[in-house]
Amino acid sequence: MTETGQQEVKLQKSEGNAAGKFGYAILYLILGIIAVLQIYPLIWLVFFSLKTNQEVFNASPFALPADPKWENYATVWTQGNINLYFFNSVWITLVSVALTILLASFVTFAITRMNWKLSKLVLGLFMIGLMIPVHSTLIPLFNFFLSINLIDHPLALILTYTAFNLPLTIMILLGFYSTLPREVEEAAVIDGSSIHRIFFQITLPMSMPVMSTTFIINMIYNWNEFVFINTFISSDSYKTLTVGIQNFIGQYSTDWGAIGATLVISILPILIAFVFLSNKIVEGIAAGAVKG
Amino acid sequence: MNKVMSNKWVIAMYVLPALLLILVLIYVPIILTGYYGLMKWDGIGEMDFIGLSNYTKLLTDDDFWQSSLNSLLLAIFSLLSLIGYLAISLVLAAKIKGADLLRKIYLIPMLLSSVAIAQLWLKIYHPSNGLLNSLLVFFGVDNPPAWLAEPNLVLGAIFVPIIWQYAGFYILIYYAALKNIPDSVIEAAKIDGASPLQIAYKIKLPLIMGVIKVTIVLSFVGSLKYFDLIYVMTGGGPNGASEVIASYMYKQAFNSYNFGYGSAVGFALLLFCLLATVVIQRLTRTDDEVEY
Repeated sequence: MTETGQQEVKLQKSEGNAAGKFGYAILYLILGIIAVLQIYPLIWLVFFSLKTNQEVFNASPFALPADPKWENYATVWTQGNINLYFFNSVWITLVSVALTILLASFVTFAITRMNWKLSKLVLGLFMIGLMIPVHSTLIPLFNFFLSINLIDHPLALILTYTAFNLPLTIMILLGFYSTLPREVEEAAVIDGSSIHRIFFQITLPMSMPVMSTTFIINMIYNWNEFVFINTFISSDSYKTLTVGIQNFIGQYSTDWGAIGATLVISILPILIAFVFLSNKIVEGIAAGAVKG
Repeated sequence: MNKVMSNKWVIAMYVLPALLLILVLIYVPIILTGYYGLMKWDGIGEMDFIGLSNYTKLLTDDDFWQSSLNSLLLAIFSLLSLIGYLAISLVLAAKIKGADLLRKIYLIPMLLSSVAIAQLWLKIYHPSNGLLNSLLVFFGVDNPPAWLAEPNLVLGAIFVPIIWQYAGFYILIYYAALKNIPDSVIEAAKIDGASPLQIAYKIKLPLIMGVIKVTIVLSFVGSLKYFDLIYVMTGGGPNGASEVIASYMYKQAFNSYNFGYGSAVGFALLLFCLLATVVIQRLTRTDDEVEY
């Protein structure tokens, strides 16, 4: 950069200063308003989850709960079966996520580390899987699980969640595996380690950072899933929170406090995860979207 | 090295479980849905082969075309909203203090289940005690509408929570892409005397065109597949005014037990999604990809 160039830039900056500051103030205001719009409905939800119906119907909707009714939470937790749905959400989510990450790691290892002719084709099959609309598979899947007696069985959910999350998980893993140095693995091969040993004791531990990204992304998707569980599961004992709260709200459609409390319970785990793992979540969502 | 890494048995062991899952649970159902569309079938009894009559019936089924039109409208709304997200991202990425925190706040609704979002917005739109109408009454509007019961308003009313849910997602993607543009490119333009608007329009946008194209496909095709939110909020009503393709398919199969006809609708959804992907990619194709 020449000296005159620098001077010109400085000149422009000082000229634009007053107008610039005003402009920035407006921009911050707009960005702040958007932030409030994104957050306020959730704050309002927490408020009405702590109110009685009388308060909801007679007082201002913006008012703080006069006498917070924490018992709304205790009531729905035990009487509304929400504790059962919550437990089902946790274990079905965890089992599906673990299975997805393990199978996806196997595939990614085979594709990036091993030599075989069909690897490109197989990778293509997984990647095209990203584009398939889930609803178009719903009726045949329902019929398939019906014919093998897995309708109303949690295994139908676990297998479906795993299948539909494999493509995205493999895609995120691929990006990381291709950057991993191979020297350690090559040395292990020369030392005569078996391939399973290399996978489980070298590659898998090295991919911990990306596994945690795929873990949190898969967890959010499975925790929030609705169509499959609504179609495959009919008994209360296997329902997860998404369909459970639907049921519950159908029965208690006029009790705002109870509805609010169930909704807060269903979103709280995700919000807590976001507070601690927001960078991982942002990274996973961005990786999943941009390459798709 | 090569010998160990080409072991056919190990490759099969690592790849087959995942491959089998996506073949059986994604690819076979996709083909079957087209095949079931050739049947008259109540989901339980025998299937009767009826040729193409389900598909010819689709062509003259007003309800199907109404739901397709609604899906198309949602897809067009989604495309238009991308412009807003892009504008916000341009501001956020332009050395705004707290940009990282803001984009995380914007992302929060995206992490919630569509069921929870739908239930929350049912309360926001509640005709007498909802947040929206309370606000309108406060500002002196006499008879605010029952948003979800008006055939003319319902689709627009449903689109608002969709924006609320996805805004943070697209802003995140655009922001990440904009942050990838090297500072030197922008500095060079500033020295040449380009205004911030010129820099945004002539330099930044062309440089992230690849990402913009991906989001165009994502938002358009994603909108064609909307289901959860609409199913919970209105069930397609009032009188089909918010029916979309996926909810129409679901109703035909699981409420009216027309599994054959529902499958034909599901297959049409698949074709629309593929067609939209191909058409958008054709329309947005450029000969030279910008590099920096």
